[in-house]
Amino acid sequence: MSQYLVKRLAAILPTIFFVTVIIFGLQQLLPGDAATMLAGEDQDPQVIAYLRQKMHLDEPLPVRYGYWIAGVAHGDLGESLRIQEPVLGLILQKLPVTIELASMAMLIALVIGIPTGIVSAVGKGTAWDYIANVIALWGLSTPNFWLGILMILLFSVQLGWLPASGYVSPFEDLKGNLAAMIMPAFVLGNAIAAVLMRHTRSAMLQVLNADYVRTARAKGLDERTVVLKHALRNALVPIITLGALEFGTLLSGAVLTEQVFSIPGFGKLIVDAVFNRDYAVVQGVVLFTSSVYIVLNLLADLAYFLVNPRLRG
Amino acid sequence: MHTRKLLMTLALAVAACAAQAQTLRIGLAEDPDVLDPSLARSFVGRIVFSSLCDKLVDIDEKLNIVPQLATSWQWSPDNKALTMKLRPGVTFHDGEKFDAAAVKFNIERHKTIAGSNRRGELLPVSSVDVVDDMTVRLNLSAPFSPLLTVLADRAGMMVSPKAAKAMPTNFGTKPVCSGPFKFVERIAQDRIVLERYPNYWNKAAIHFDKITFQPIIDATVRLANLRSGQLDMIERVAPADIPSIKSDGKLNFARITELGYQGITINLGKSDLAQKNPLGKDPRVREAFELSLDRAGIVKVAMDGEADVGNQWVPPSNPFYARNVPIPKRDVARAKALLKEAGVTNPSFTLMTPTTSDAQRLAQVVQAMAKEAGFDVKIQATEFATSLNLADKGQFDAYVLAWSGRADPDGNLFSFYGCKQPLNYAGVCNPKWDELLNRSRTTLDTGGRIKVFATLAAEVEKERPIIYLFHRHWLWAYNKKLTGFRTVPDGLIRPQGMKM
Repeated sequence: MSQYLVKRLAAILPTIFFVTVIIFGLQQLLPGDAATMLAGEDQDPQVIAYLRQKMHLDEPLPVRYGYWIAGVAHGDLGESLRIQEPVLGLILQKLPVTIELASMAMLIALVIGIPTGIVSAVGKGTAWDYIANVIALWGLSTPNFWLGILMILLFSVQLGWLPASGYVSPFEDLKGNLAAMIMPAFVLGNAIAAVLMRHTRSAMLQVLNADYVRTARAKGLDERTVVLKHALRNALVPIITLGALEFGTLLSGAVLTEQVFSIPGFGKLIVDAVFNRDYAVVQGVVLFTSSVYIVLNLLADLAYFLVNPRLRG
Repeated sequence: MHTRKLLMTLALAVAACAAQAQTLRIGLAEDPDVLDPSLARSFVGRIVFSSLCDKLVDIDEKLNIVPQLATSWQWSPDNKALTMKLRPGVTFHDGEKFDAAAVKFNIERHKTIAGSNRRGELLPVSSVDVVDDMTVRLNLSAPFSPLLTVLADRAGMMVSPKAAKAMPTNFGTKPVCSGPFKFVERIAQDRIVLERYPNYWNKAAIHFDKITFQPIIDATVRLANLRSGQLDMIERVAPADIPSIKSDGKLNFARITELGYQGITINLGKSDLAQKNPLGKDPRVREAFELSLDRAGIVKVAMDGEADVGNQWVPPSNPFYARNVPIPKRDVARAKALLKEAGVTNPSFTLMTPTTSDAQRLAQVVQAMAKEAGFDVKIQATEFATSLNLADKGQFDAYVLAWSGRADPDGNLFSFYGCKQPLNYAGVCNPKWDELLNRSRTTLDTGGRIKVFATLAAEVEKERPIIYLFHRHWLWAYNKKLTGFRTVPDGLIRPQGMKM
């Protein structure tokens, strides 16, 4: 275990280095000129020249990469040229919002996805299976922005139960926070629930046919214990990986959902930054979220050990 | 006795309501950029500044210059100096006094701070003299008629010199001005919160304790927030939503024609590409293209009727509109004849178009209309930053481009038609035009300027570097209880006089 852990940890640094090169490289492929975009509609040549110099746009690529990575190494992700705020500050401002939204969405996804997956696997071919499949298919095929707008029209405009959009910090107003987050979290969680349901179903179907499950049944264990204790635990391994990946994706920002509900998370931050060619923000946020993704993957790998004793050997 | 008690309770309740802090919540279509008047560049930022930073002068509904921080002004006989009397008793949000020295500091800051977007606007201002505590003189290198309208926008906004000196590189994160509301906090892409400045010079006109600006990009969601009561006012309503707003008993609606325009810029000389295309090469082909278009039809389809048709840099309702160059009627037969005369059959060109749905619809209507005259228009949907770059390099035939507009026609003209000016994407360079543009700047009387613009309009019509199509309407929707909103063609929301 410890050897494995050391190996996995050692792989992280080169991965992150590689990620920085990719982020920086891909950004250079963005068409357009960051300085003209950030200069605003007047396009004052002196402003453009100033921005070009400030962003080191006239220097060769490796030098620009060097400037950035040297800053990163010192914990300085640069400054948003559009709003004059340090990138790290922006990330820290958005992080709690994004984590809250991602966690709530994941919770909703787990609560819906795994039980329906189990029910549909155990009752394969029954009406329950079909119902669960229809729900899953609906969840997968409903576009987030459409569901979001419909929910706003129903729950905010028609019924007036929930705020249409915006964000309130839970420390300011917990009730207001939950009211603001429930719709976006449901919209996001709904799609992931469908994915989780499909995967839980197929993983459960596989293990339910395994020899040890038959043995468990032969021992006279009741079906509930067989399904939940024996089968589910093994079926969870691929679902944990999937869950971690989905959670990672959520943390990198749910662009459309955040846009529809005006949730100030990473998704909105990065999309605005890309369209405005605010390079420092794009680089900083992508680096941050990809690092989180890498760490989450590592945690998922470690979680295997905890749920599946066979891997520990 | 019972009735008396009830009445007293009622009176107390009313008093409590009146005393309750009132917040005006405004939904913006975009997240503003940096809140430093010298560096700011977005339209939406100007909406926030209207509550935050007072200007030397302002414009009214009819585009007249009206006093704000300056109470009166006078040009010198040679029109090369503008002396302004300042409003006494004005303080900045940090308590510092507003005086002539503060004006000098601000104009100099606008002109010199690294990355200033005001430098170009104030270029003719060569120096600022403090005449006395409350009088300031702006000395110009040459007469410059648009100066007052320039000072009615961000270049005339005054920030606290003390605060600006204390925060030389990040003043925009905590701006300190002298407007009716002072800055409280900003959470990027979420909200900007301002609170009433108790020592505001015109505090009787302010009836809210707080203003919050929330950027909500999607117009449908912005309206849903207004309908559900989360917002009190929204700007840039989608034209398609107007009928439903009108039928909603709880909402009010306002509109005014913008100062800017929507047009199609044609590459006449920005790069070699211009001469490779019949549209860029021959003015007759451009005239034929214009004649193939039905502006009213375009407005109806692309804008749901929410725009005024136009053919110049200012709308026909503007006093500077050149009446000698009226809007041409659609004439497909004449367009075909012109193409024949030019010896061009089925001219083909690419129309670079932003990816917004309005622009796409516009391009499609133009494509269909021009086809009837024999044009083969290829629409090239291009993301904005990319299109800007391609336009700058001259890598386009024609470009669907909107301009947000300035109160003085000069702001819609000089940078577009002046030789080698930054927004001259058409690539025109004509000494006669430059002379007229400069003359419009040095002529101070309105009658004289109207004549200059009329001559210029006739000249420009011969070349057609930009085919102006229409002037959009600024559209606002707001809670019916909100009163006192004034529609000014610059599209800003001035909190003075607004109450609920």
